[in-house]
Amino acid sequence: MKRRNFIYLTGIGATAAMLPAIPVWGNEISQERSLEYIDPAAKKLLSDVALNAARAKGATYTDVRVGRYLNQYVVTREDKVQNIVNTESYGVGIRVIANGCWGFAATDQMDKDSIAKAAELAVSIAKENARLQNEPVQLAPQKGYGEVSWKSPIEKNAFEVPIKEKVDLLLSVNDAAMKGGADYINSILFMVNEQKYFASSDGSYIDQDIHRIWPTFFITKINKETGKFETRNALSAPTGKGYEYLDARPQDKIKTASGTLYKGRYDMLEDAKQAATQVGEKLKAKSVEPGKYDLVLDPSHLWLTIHESCGHPTELDRVLGYEANFAGTSFLTLDKWESKKFKYGSKEVNITADKTEPGSLGAVGYDDEGVKCGKWDVIKDGVLVNYQAIRDQAHIVGLDHSQGCCYADNWSSVQFQRMANISLQPGKKPLSIADQIKNVEKGIYIIGDGSFSIDQQRYNFQFGGQLFYEIKGGKIVGMLKDVAYQANTQEFWNSCSAVCDQSDYRLGGSFFDGKGQPMQSSAVSHGSATARFNGVNVINTARKIG
Amino acid sequence: MAILTKEQVKALLTKVLSYSKADECEVNLGGSDSGNIRYARSSVSTSGGSSTQSLVVSSAFGKKLGVATINEFDDASLEKVVRRAEELAKLAPENPEFMSFLGPQEYGPDSPTFSEITAAVGPKERADAVAASLNQAKQNKLNAAGFLSNQAGYAAMMNSKGLFAYNKATDVAFNITIRTEDGKGSGYATRGYNDFSKLDTNTDTAVAAKKAMASVTAKAIEPGKYTVILEPTAVAVMLENLFFDLDARTADEGRSSMSKPGGKTKVGEQLLDERVNVYSDPWNPELPGATWSGDGRPQTKVNWIEKGVVKNLYASRYWAQKTGIKALPSPDGLIMMGGNKSLEELIKGTEKGILVTRLWYIRSVDPQTLLLTGLTRDGTFYIENGEIKFPVKNFRFNESPIIMLNNLEEMGKTERTVSAESNSNYLLPPLKIRDFTFTSLSDAV
Repeated sequence: MKRRNFIYLTGIGATAAMLPAIPVWGNEISQERSLEYIDPAAKKLLSDVALNAARAKGATYTDVRVGRYLNQYVVTREDKVQNIVNTESYGVGIRVIANGCWGFAATDQMDKDSIAKAAELAVSIAKENARLQNEPVQLAPQKGYGEVSWKSPIEKNAFEVPIKEKVDLLLSVNDAAMKGGADYINSILFMVNEQKYFASSDGSYIDQDIHRIWPTFFITKINKETGKFETRNALSAPTGKGYEYLDARPQDKIKTASGTLYKGRYDMLEDAKQAATQVGEKLKAKSVEPGKYDLVLDPSHLWLTIHESCGHPTELDRVLGYEANFAGTSFLTLDKWESKKFKYGSKEVNITADKTEPGSLGAVGYDDEGVKCGKWDVIKDGVLVNYQAIRDQAHIVGLDHSQGCCYADNWSSVQFQRMANISLQPGKKPLSIADQIKNVEKGIYIIGDGSFSIDQQRYNFQFGGQLFYEIKGGKIVGMLKDVAYQANTQEFWNSCSAVCDQSDYRLGGSFFDGKGQPMQSSAVSHGSATARFNGVNVINTARKIG
Repeated sequence: MAILTKEQVKALLTKVLSYSKADECEVNLGGSDSGNIRYARSSVSTSGGSSTQSLVVSSAFGKKLGVATINEFDDASLEKVVRRAEELAKLAPENPEFMSFLGPQEYGPDSPTFSEITAAVGPKERADAVAASLNQAKQNKLNAAGFLSNQAGYAAMMNSKGLFAYNKATDVAFNITIRTEDGKGSGYATRGYNDFSKLDTNTDTAVAAKKAMASVTAKAIEPGKYTVILEPTAVAVMLENLFFDLDARTADEGRSSMSKPGGKTKVGEQLLDERVNVYSDPWNPELPGATWSGDGRPQTKVNWIEKGVVKNLYASRYWAQKTGIKALPSPDGLIMMGGNKSLEELIKGTEKGILVTRLWYIRSVDPQTLLLTGLTRDGTFYIENGEIKFPVKNFRFNESPIIMLNNLEEMGKTERTVSAESNSNYLLPPLKIRDFTFTSLSDAV
């Protein structure tokens, strides 16, 4: 249903099937109110009410999240502002262990009585469910940090930028695209501020102020005679930055034969101009001949392949079966990890989990069960070496501490294991994008993310993209369309033959990684440099109707 | 949170409107109590309950609109939220697509969306229902992972032009995956109801268990074009993408599968097999829905596809006025008319084919042809001479629901089912389709 809300919000209808869903949650508020910040002392007071009420009812562990979740959307199309929305969602979620079982309850009634009642409900749910449990919850030890705080390292709070400035930017972007030959453009600025207060019976009181921003657009061009249409989405990335993300400097741009790519910051106007040209080229592009190609994948595309084929299968809850009924399990079973020699990928493949990388979507000081965040190897020289775990799973993989991967998307949602930023490390030898392309005899260079689908154990995947360039004899010879590649995860990563160096390392990501029941969205980044994969199966997706 | 009655809501909203000084004012009110329990590895994992309510005030001066929300209902707070909406409206840019609020509407009789039994469900009833499922799995040495949720809530709206609408509804969702201990077999079942007393977790668990045990030691067969029988939950995830595309504006703009060259649409054309009939009906007892949409428009019985011809597209009030079509809101639930045969009879009448019990991870590949990709999951079987012969490994498919509904062989009996992608409920038949395109194999179980 979240996808439908997004469609309602933007009015762009089912063409949005190619877009990630933008859920609309929370209540609408004024912009001024979104700049208010609740005093941590007041949140501590409310948290203590819940901690005491739960303990009095028999909880052996309690954590409380007083959350204020602010979103701002500025939605335009062509020459019109369609919607300016400020939303706030404020409430408290209380998680307890009683009789060795988890219980959770949440309320948006922020008086002491309602909070105490919610804490009591959480305990009664835990006690009721304890009879369904095989063994008591076992939490990795976690020291209390006392009263601490953390803020996203942003330069310019996007919520402080006047709405007019944002509207002017989007309308100028739309104007440039329309002048460049686009038939339609929808553009959106989406800003998030999570003000999260965490308190636990371990003695932590953690106040965090987290910011994210995502400027994006979707351009359509139609061939009036044939009725064929093509789209080109923005090459921006959702990021854990402030409004400075929209102020691109020369060092943030990578100039290539096929256009400008963005690193760290984004030039929305420039990208709209090149998108309008490229969507016209897409209409005239050659339909791909199916077969095996060497793929050169840009970080604006590869992040999604990393997300689906490495991020998800190394989540420990999936490996253990906790997601069996929805998102699925994982082919990276514990025996493969225990062997210490499972060849996930080639020697070029080094993948890390990192909850601290500045500017990334997953960067926080502490996770949603009060664990300080860090960085660790998941795939080392192609071999599976670790997973992503939280407190009640750590003992299963012999860890004496949680890796800090716990997250809830709202105060009303229960926290559970979510993906850290999972990133492919750049190659150690100097290698540019031009060098990668020069070395390919028959290949396709893919920029931007498109259609994506993967099975429930993460073996078989299919990905599309935004821009596809045919490579012949080390040179780009033109644009292709109707391209998707299908592969098996292990075969694909073992075909990785070269990764560009650090100077090409960039972050992509998503605001909307979906998992859990009820489903929750999590924001996560994935870094990489342009990488090459040999002999991948490419299919042609063109069909004829009627 | 208490579910407010129609009379209580009327009194509250009348009071809110009395504070309005705008040209027009509209108030939406809603609240819900929900609870859920989740289990995996044959043991309870996470569970919870939440309670929310909110009142949304939309104030308009000319074509300028301001919206503000509150969850405190004392007189001072109510007046404050109206003033805030008015301040925001004065600051907002003019929206050329703004439509004056609707006047009073006729909504017909109330639809049976609310069940007292469901509204009374608490932690104990949920735990009891899940215990039945878990015990069965344990007795049969199978791994169970499932989810049960229930919700009771109300929604209402009133505006300065005299419109008033009210509805209360309950929902129950249950789904379960059973896996064999060796991880070689997996089965699934999903159900949605308004009435908790219809839920039978034991039977649903048995259905999933049967599929899990039958799908062990699946054989790999070559991908390609096959006759398939899709169970209703597999039909749901394909067809809902077609339903989502019945939007007038994107069709008129030339950028959907409903578009034709020269700004025309496919309305009135024979797009699908002539046995395909799709409609919505908020009063259907098996799939009751609200009789009004979020902006106050009546939800009525609408034929969307009749004898394979697209009859109607839904549209915003603005777009309908601009283009001169009927302003039909997008429906809550959709119904496809089926045939008389059971799933077993469809299988019996199949010489060679594949039974697909579930499809998963559906994504659009090409919006122009509505080409979708995704995979089979939780039980896929080879049929020969009217019998299920053996389980087969999962496939990836690339197929369009439009092409699929042109390759229709036969339909079974319509039943209520749930999309595992959108969680929407539908009434759909199992379908037998020829030349369904599988493009590769998956090792996933």
